[in-house]
Amino acid sequence: MLKDEYEELRKTVEAFARDVVAPVIGDYYEREEFPYDIVRQMGAMGLFGLPFPEEYAGMGGDYFALCVTLEELARVDSSVAITLEAAVSLGAMPIFRFGTEEQRETWLPRLAAGEMLGAFGLTEPGGGTDVPGGMRTTAVLDGDEWVINGTKAFITNAGTDITGVVGVAALTGEREISTILVPSGTPGFTVSKKYSKVGWNASDTRELSFTECRVPAANLLGERGRGYAQFLQTLDEGRIAIAALSVGLAQGCVDECLKYVRDRKAFGHPIGHYQAIQFKIADMEVRAHTARLAYHHAAEKMLAGEPFKKEAAIAKLVSSNAAMDNARDATQIFGGYGFMNEFPVGRFYRDAKILEIGEGTSEVQRMLIARQLGLGDL
Amino acid sequence: MNIVVCVKQVPDTATERKLRSDDNTLDRDAADGVVNELDEYAVEEALKLKEAHGGEVTVLTMGPGKATETIRKALAMGADKAVHLSDDALHGSDALSTSYAMAQALNKVGFDLVVLGSESTDARTGVLAAMLAERLGVAQLTLANKVDVDGTSITIQRITDYGYDRVEATLPAVVSVVEKINEPRYPSFKGIMAAKKKPVETLAIGDASIDPSQVGLAAAWSEVVDFAAAPPRAAGTIVKDEGDGGAKAAEFLASKKFI
Repeated sequence: MLKDEYEELRKTVEAFARDVVAPVIGDYYEREEFPYDIVRQMGAMGLFGLPFPEEYAGMGGDYFALCVTLEELARVDSSVAITLEAAVSLGAMPIFRFGTEEQRETWLPRLAAGEMLGAFGLTEPGGGTDVPGGMRTTAVLDGDEWVINGTKAFITNAGTDITGVVGVAALTGEREISTILVPSGTPGFTVSKKYSKVGWNASDTRELSFTECRVPAANLLGERGRGYAQFLQTLDEGRIAIAALSVGLAQGCVDECLKYVRDRKAFGHPIGHYQAIQFKIADMEVRAHTARLAYHHAAEKMLAGEPFKKEAAIAKLVSSNAAMDNARDATQIFGGYGFMNEFPVGRFYRDAKILEIGEGTSEVQRMLIARQLGLGDL
Repeated sequence: MNIVVCVKQVPDTATERKLRSDDNTLDRDAADGVVNELDEYAVEEALKLKEAHGGEVTVLTMGPGKATETIRKALAMGADKAVHLSDDALHGSDALSTSYAMAQALNKVGFDLVVLGSESTDARTGVLAAMLAERLGVAQLTLANKVDVDGTSITIQRITDYGYDRVEATLPAVVSVVEKINEPRYPSFKGIMAAKKKPVETLAIGDASIDPSQVGLAAAWSEVVDFAAAPPRAAGTIVKDEGDGGAKAAEFLASKKFI
């Protein structure tokens, strides 16, 4: 049972997703177009400022408020949910957490209002999980400027008209990683055209390249050499957010099926009359429900200031499984219509797979869980 | 400007609504209570007027204890405080006695401008704004899709079948709004949190000098004598066009005396 204020937030976002997102998002998805108008309204509602204090134009809420919001958005559509998740959790949060007062004042008010989107560049074409060993992007201090060279891959929110700043993880020495803030439009920083993706088609994902890209030394985020520790912390939290988003997709599949199986008839009955369908939907509800409990528990530990690495990994693993399994079952229940892009379940099916990959693959989650059980040193 | 916006909790139109079998009044427990949709436009308009002209927005609702949810939503949108008129004696009040009770409460609270939705999605009488204005002895500006205030003068556009009327009055006044007037904001989390700390005053009928013999089911001028569920819609007739579709359509229209 959610506390009052979270429940009111949930209801508000549910109404927004139903009334504003649902009627138009299928068309944006089909056209692979970024939904600026929806993002603007999400900004006006304060969704991009949820976990930040009011002094930075935030809503004075917490990370759990963000998670509840992501779940409700993803019940209807994952593209808008991941746009919010990446902007807050990967774009703005590191600046809030590790930035200087000046960096916070420069960027946070616009990021928290959703007028500007932030992004974070970690993954590279030749290295995802393999950090820092696989990282090739470098930043060298030349006088009072960083000179950045390298390429970043699969970066969410990197190339929209309102993208303002990208945090770039780069080698600043021998096995030394630091994060440097690069404003959009900096000479030497180029954004490629959008990827053609299997899913999340109304979100913006790009490859970024840096060629002799110069930014002031003051754009270093936090301490030099702390980049690895920073994004490990960022990713631990982000896992809970992706878990919430996955639960939303899993629940959205249940919602769609409950409507469909009352209307669709076969052999003289609505198909929901048949046990084969009922059991499938019961299993889907179980997955969504248990995954929700897992992410609520991880968020609770995090907000209480307790270690939550294992719980976050478990939540991410079970909820991305739930999303994938429910999307497959929902598509099966819809039959041929499930394979059509105009039905939400087809979109859910395409959007589910990335949840087992992004923000740490399922294999990484298992690795983290095993380590937390003390098996890392054997 | 002291603006009072009247909101009503109604059963969610998306769910099945029922009447109670014991006294033929609305079964408020059978469906989720939500803010009457048109009242959200009223709240939005009140907030916009406050943003433009300063002052304070007070929410007034009449309804059972459960109606506090509706008050909370209006406060989360940005209203400053709320007055909840709640008394078992008010149960079953019809439009006439509701307007009396609300007018008494408004006189106690004080106002320059009263804003409300043009009708509720449950009773749909659409008469409360006019009745309130009469009871309060102030101007009535109903069915507005635009409101302008300049000092103590107020102008609205009233939508009509042929276009719109411009109606002017001097404050104090009662305005009812239609859904074309604005786009109600969604409450922010900050608004939701702030709403918890905003004052909500509960009035019993005695507190607003409401005469108990003038309100409630017994005092209602209208009575629901009986009710029945609407019959399920009969299946339509499907006519296959086998080259004679036009003739069959004409035949159907003729049988209904349309042509």
